[in-house]
Amino acid sequence: MIARRIPRPAALAALLLATGCTSTPPTLYAWGQYEPLVYASYASPGKVPAAEQLALLQQDIDEAAASGRRVPPGVRAYMGYLLAEEGKPDAARVQFLAEKVAFPESAVFMDRLIEGIGGKP
Amino acid sequence: MTPRRSPRAVLPWLFCALMAGCANQPQPYDYSAFRAHPPRSILVLPPINQGTTVEGTYGFLSAATRPLAEHGYYVFPVSVVDHFMKAQGMPGAGEMHEVPLARAREILGADAVLFVTLERYGQTYVVVDSVSEVRIRARLYDTASETLIWEGSGFAQSGLGGGGDPLARLVAAVVVQAIGSSTDASHGLSPVAMNNMLASPKRGLPYGPYHPKAGLTE
Repeated sequence: MIARRIPRPAALAALLLATGCTSTPPTLYAWGQYEPLVYASYASPGKVPAAEQLALLQQDIDEAAASGRRVPPGVRAYMGYLLAEEGKPDAARVQFLAEKVAFPESAVFMDRLIEGIGGKP
Repeated sequence: MTPRRSPRAVLPWLFCALMAGCANQPQPYDYSAFRAHPPRSILVLPPINQGTTVEGTYGFLSAATRPLAEHGYYVFPVSVVDHFMKAQGMPGAGEMHEVPLARAREILGADAVLFVTLERYGQTYVVVDSVSEVRIRARLYDTASETLIWEGSGFAQSGLGGGGDPLARLVAAVVVQAIGSSTDASHGLSPVAMNNMLASPKRGLPYGPYHPKAGLTE
């Protein structure tokens, strides 16, 4: 009796083809906790204190830098806003400026926010 | 004498009638206004909420950044803009949507503003199923020329699915409805609806400057 077997090269080719078909392109940005934190700030206000949000977002930024990924639009600006709310205008200004450097399209708004906390754009 | 219709004139119609897809082919969007004013940055305002739950406004807004940013645009920080505009005396989406485009350009530096209406957001109880649904409509305006450069609509839905004992499904549907309302199952559908809108065949938003396919629609 002849045993039925899939020839090895064909099986390997099929596997490679299958994995190739299912791979998704990498995202432009490393999203981390940004959107879940913004959602939590609205859905459950106060549940995640500003200091905790800032720690999580800084972790995301560090991880992105370590893996050569980019931080999404708005993350640093949101951190600046949280810092301003915490009464730390100098640290807030640093984040607003970082947003401006990463995304020049944000310049007008970032300058507005810096002026709003008494800083120089 | 009655004019004779050439058989050849009938053929295209016959062909189209046989091809089931013809009736549902979307009308291609006219991108000429967009091409005249392609934006680099987009301001997404809190949406006008026509859904049944108040959670819809921020459930949608907090999931609006990623689809648009991954489409290649700079997206202003939605929460920061929301708080900023509230501090300027605009308590909600209704007031924010009334802001003159020239002001959005001057104060925020936005190239374009996306006005979103949340037509449906939340649970609907449909026979023996409980369905979470998000349906949105959006219009994108260039702030410099104050012209409409793009518009679209999107939809996403999830339900229990078919099969099984009808009574058991009825009970399950009621339970899902109750749980769903409190945990906002529609929040997860928001980005799906948004992505469906941005990638609509022949009517999608062109990719923005940060995307490898910048300027292309598909």
